[in-house]
Amino acid sequence: MTTGTVTWKRKSRITPTRVLLYGFLIVTSLLWLVPIAGAIFASLRPFSDTVRDGFFSWPRSLTLENYKDAWDQGDILRKYWNTALILVPALILTLFFSSMVAFVCSRFTWRFNIFMLSLFTAGNLLPQQIIIQPLFQFYNRVELPEFLSNSGRLNGSTWGLILIHVAFQSGFCTFVLSNYMKLLPKSLNEAARVDGASVWKQYWQIIMPLTMPAIAALATLEFTWIYNDFFWAVVLEQQGADRPITSSLANLGGEFFTNDNLIAAASMYVALPTLIVYFALQRYFIAGLTIGAEKG
Amino acid sequence: VDDVKRRARGLSQFDGHDRWVVILMLGIPTLLHVGLVWIPTIASIVLSLSDWNGIRFSEMEWVGFKNYDQIFTVFERNFFQALINNSVLLIFLFLFPTALGMLLAYLLDRDLRGTRFFQGIYFTPVVLSLAVVGFMWQSVIYSPENGLATEIFGGGGAIDWLGNQSFLIPIGDRFGVSRNFVAILVAIAWRHTGYIMVLYLAGLKAVDHSLREAAKLDGSNEWQTFRHVIFPSLKPINVIIAVITVIEALRAFDIIYVLDTPRRTEVLSILTTNNLLGEGGGNVGRGSAYATILFILCFGFVIWYVTNHYRRTQEGADS
Repeated sequence: MTTGTVTWKRKSRITPTRVLLYGFLIVTSLLWLVPIAGAIFASLRPFSDTVRDGFFSWPRSLTLENYKDAWDQGDILRKYWNTALILVPALILTLFFSSMVAFVCSRFTWRFNIFMLSLFTAGNLLPQQIIIQPLFQFYNRVELPEFLSNSGRLNGSTWGLILIHVAFQSGFCTFVLSNYMKLLPKSLNEAARVDGASVWKQYWQIIMPLTMPAIAALATLEFTWIYNDFFWAVVLEQQGADRPITSSLANLGGEFFTNDNLIAAASMYVALPTLIVYFALQRYFIAGLTIGAEKG
Repeated sequence: VDDVKRRARGLSQFDGHDRWVVILMLGIPTLLHVGLVWIPTIASIVLSLSDWNGIRFSEMEWVGFKNYDQIFTVFERNFFQALINNSVLLIFLFLFPTALGMLLAYLLDRDLRGTRFFQGIYFTPVVLSLAVVGFMWQSVIYSPENGLATEIFGGGGAIDWLGNQSFLIPIGDRFGVSRNFVAILVAIAWRHTGYIMVLYLAGLKAVDHSLREAAKLDGSNEWQTFRHVIFPSLKPINVIIAVITVIEALRAFDIIYVLDTPRRTEVLSILTTNNLLGEGGGNVGRGSAYATILFILCFGFVIWYVTNHYRRTQEGADS
């Protein structure tokens, strides 16, 4: 960290290199914004205008009508709720399970440490499509009582999606958390053991509070990943009213909406939660991506 | 002594209550992970030797390598096109998003006003859902009549960006890199660059800033400093990015699936899924055979990375 005055002086110096640098950054970031800005723009215009003049034309009028229509026609509130019912339990269970595995494998000298951690890490690196055929057949054959699943089976139920999210995502989280916990001083456990603290107490009261920065970072990251999941939801919950927002609106055309401007508004509803989380918690978000990377 | 050592590394280092706690803490997550990830992986390999429509077990037939045989003969057109597309994607990811992400990270890793602002913009596509990304590119950019790309390059006419299957770069008579696949590559680059940039930014933060200053005092120019000072110290992050890139190239699915173009854009993951959901759905054997091929392509790489990573950290822990 440089002090305020030094930074100020350095920043205010205008050199040709600096102008070139800013020019490059501004042009690329504008390019990066084009698809997003275009979608927002389209969502604010009546369909008839876009049809007449094209996407990139001076607007005759701007309106929030598309947002209102998309909200009603797409039943957005219900779909947010469906997503929350999958996301919240999956997020909590993923962090809980992976922190336990990471704790046992990184805080004790243990014969199968490396094997266990490798198993979880490698599992997370496999493409999801490798397991989809047997998983689909398995989900189709597990019967659930009606109060747990509208379809009467694991396939097409909220539980099925929660389970596969937890199973798959715990790979990455175990990897990151074990890297993090490994760096906490070994003496913490020894002191606790001398005091007669149980394993659970060492986990829950000593190591976990110290691991909170990593947990917070992973929580924001996993929120986004689970929310944005597309593949599991498309395959394992192909129909029904319980589908989460991303997959049910993925085939935006046809089923719910009649025109591109409505779809644009609906897609903004889909984008909103992750954008809010990202911009509000950017620091944690980036930290989550890089804890795993730096220590690797 | 050996026996004591072995005891100390096993379950017997815990007693009574603690032993059960440890077993449960490891057991439940492991059961779930192995049960839903590794056992299905093995099941895929086994099922790839079967002919089965997925309805009744009694109708399953073991056919040996017939599925693979069919993939290499009857379906070779789709299969080899998919292999080509996966490889093209891999090369493309290294050439463009990775290089650009590294450049952006390098430019942003200095005392610049607005660094976080630029960083935020480049990274935004990474957090967007594919439902949104698909719409943006399909309608805003690639709409045949009034998309932005059409308005800039169309010269007044319509361009079917995502439907044009003709080869931009032919490979032999029947294969190549199709124009609609290139259109998809652009969308993928848009989403991937910010991801790479953030990882490199983290890597650069770890590089000692005085190194850069020292190199500058020695009279090295910007490129020399980067080439000889910065880049070599980024080795750990380069390894990670290489791994991410290979894995992403092999498991690419979402954007390609959402942009839903008719043909010549298939990748291995799409072929696997099409045998489940698509028109020829319910073909468990062939779908599993595609999955197994995908697994073979990934697995060596995954094992190499994981063993490397944990051997290194183990050495770190022991020393």
